[in-house]
Amino acid sequence: MQIELIDVSKQEGRETWIHPTSLKLRSGAFNILLGKTLAGKTTLLRLMAGLEKPSSGRIWFERKDVTGLPVRQRDIAMVYQQFINYPNWRVYDNIASPLKIAGHCDARIKRRVSEVCELLQLTPLLRRYPHELSGGQQQRLALARALVKRARLILLDEPLANLDYKLREELREELPGLFAGSGTTVVYATTEPGEALLLGGHTAALHEGRVCQYGATHQVFKEPANRVSAATFSDPPLNCAEVEKSDGRFSIDADIHWPVDARYRHLANGRYLLGLRPHQLLLHRAAPHSVRLKGRVDISEINGSESLLHVSIKGYQWVSQLHGVHTLEAGSDTPLYFDPLRCFLFDAEGNRVAAGGPA
Amino acid sequence: MSRIKYLAPALYILFLLLPIYWLVNMSFKTTNEILGSFSLWPAEFTLDNYRTIFTDPTWYNGYINSLSYVLLNTVISVSFALPAAYAFSRYRFLGDKHLFFWLLTNRMAPPAVFALPFFQLYSSIGLFDTPVAVALAHCLFNIPLAVWILEGFMAGVPRELDETAFIDGYSFPKFFVRIFIPTITAGIGVAAFFCFMFSWVELLLAKTLTSVAAKPIAATMTRTASTSGYELGLLAAAGALTIIPGAIVIWFVRHHIARGFALGRV
Repeated sequence: MQIELIDVSKQEGRETWIHPTSLKLRSGAFNILLGKTLAGKTTLLRLMAGLEKPSSGRIWFERKDVTGLPVRQRDIAMVYQQFINYPNWRVYDNIASPLKIAGHCDARIKRRVSEVCELLQLTPLLRRYPHELSGGQQQRLALARALVKRARLILLDEPLANLDYKLREELREELPGLFAGSGTTVVYATTEPGEALLLGGHTAALHEGRVCQYGATHQVFKEPANRVSAATFSDPPLNCAEVEKSDGRFSIDADIHWPVDARYRHLANGRYLLGLRPHQLLLHRAAPHSVRLKGRVDISEINGSESLLHVSIKGYQWVSQLHGVHTLEAGSDTPLYFDPLRCFLFDAEGNRVAAGGPA
Repeated sequence: MSRIKYLAPALYILFLLLPIYWLVNMSFKTTNEILGSFSLWPAEFTLDNYRTIFTDPTWYNGYINSLSYVLLNTVISVSFALPAAYAFSRYRFLGDKHLFFWLLTNRMAPPAVFALPFFQLYSSIGLFDTPVAVALAHCLFNIPLAVWILEGFMAGVPRELDETAFIDGYSFPKFFVRIFIPTITAGIGVAAFFCFMFSWVELLLAKTLTSVAAKPIAATMTRTASTSGYELGLLAAAGALTIIPGAIVIWFVRHHIARGFALGRV
């Protein structure tokens, strides 16, 4: 189903939760709302669900204006971060409830429930109550109830956030497959850039109640339209520094500078902002034209198979995300390298400057 | 050391049970024995006192009257408190906190304050001396209490449950009856228990608002002398029977009450 928000905004008291936003979500696809907590992901989902009324603007489902339509007439399903199930009903009755209330016949209810249970591996648990299930099973149950309805729009509000690591991975792999080919439009809210990349589909990057970019997930990641979008899609945070372009070279200061590549030659001289993803700040020279920096290690964290190095470089606090285990003494100096062709450049307004000429 | 550990609670329980034992003890004695001598157990064991209560309508009607206004009150209080508590737990509206507090302040005045206005009001509209009069009067105390208890239980149910039901296609009444009420049965049990207890124990209003037809058992029981002189054995038997309904109700909600205390609302 095609969902379109037209100049939708949401004010709550004096606070603006959603600034006027227009967004046309890809129909029948996996759409991701990516943003930090309080970026407005949940509010957007609730507006689409009809649980909140927009302060201004219209919401269209296909060719129908649903702005004032009550929740239960919208043909949607929703799964929350908390595991929400009907506590007094067994698994079977929980899943069957949306079908029962819609007035389907018993045979059809039975068939559809068993189909969904097979898909989500709930069949052996049909006689249990929700409180007798593990967290992962409870969330599967909530998903099953959302799926069984065959709603044309499914809203998932950080459905994996309350699960432990292993279960999250498992369910994340299954998720896109559950909806593939059904023609259902899925909207999935998440705070984790990594999750968005794994799920694929299309992503809307949200920041402080504004959609800063919408497009195919890998494209939003690789070619952020602006600084905010790049920062939203960066975990650990994006490394930023002010750079000065003057005839033929970019410089952070007198010591750190590099020649302007052909693709940036068309840019006017002046101040720009450099954005560098943490996994591109390395301890070794990866390309012949890499720029060398001197950094002081603040902390080094080892997180299983990768290390996070927090370094101070000319007053900037940067993070380097490295493969493997690297232990560097806090307070020690270390050389660091980055490839200037792999960073983003933003202009004074924060928009990414397009690379012109041959890449 | 271990002996003291058992002795202290044993003594305490003995101390608590002593008046109840004495009551039951008396109820199996004749009035003459009660007045005549001191004995730890009945010398002439008799069931006459109980027999009188179950056969004499002036006695057993007292129980029927009491139970009817108590049950009526419990039903009214809980069914009115349910939607009110839902509103307090789910919606923000102008003055909601003040209203919630004001409801509670109704409980702060002693029932005696309301005896006169209720008496005058019910007399003038012909409700005097009916179980309905007492049931309605007790609502003044019990509805706020029930709202307070239920609101605590409802606040423990995530709002998302309501929303999920609406998204699934439930209308509000269907959701409320089929999903929400079963979810908070423990709270309803606790609220009903406290309404029952207050109404069962309250004497002043019940006595003031009734005369003959709807006379509660507590009123019958507290007349110490009758035409046939002192009937202490009979009164003791009535007292022993009066303990039973409360004990039964407590038995049913004993687990939920613990939860109510944990939620901080009981």
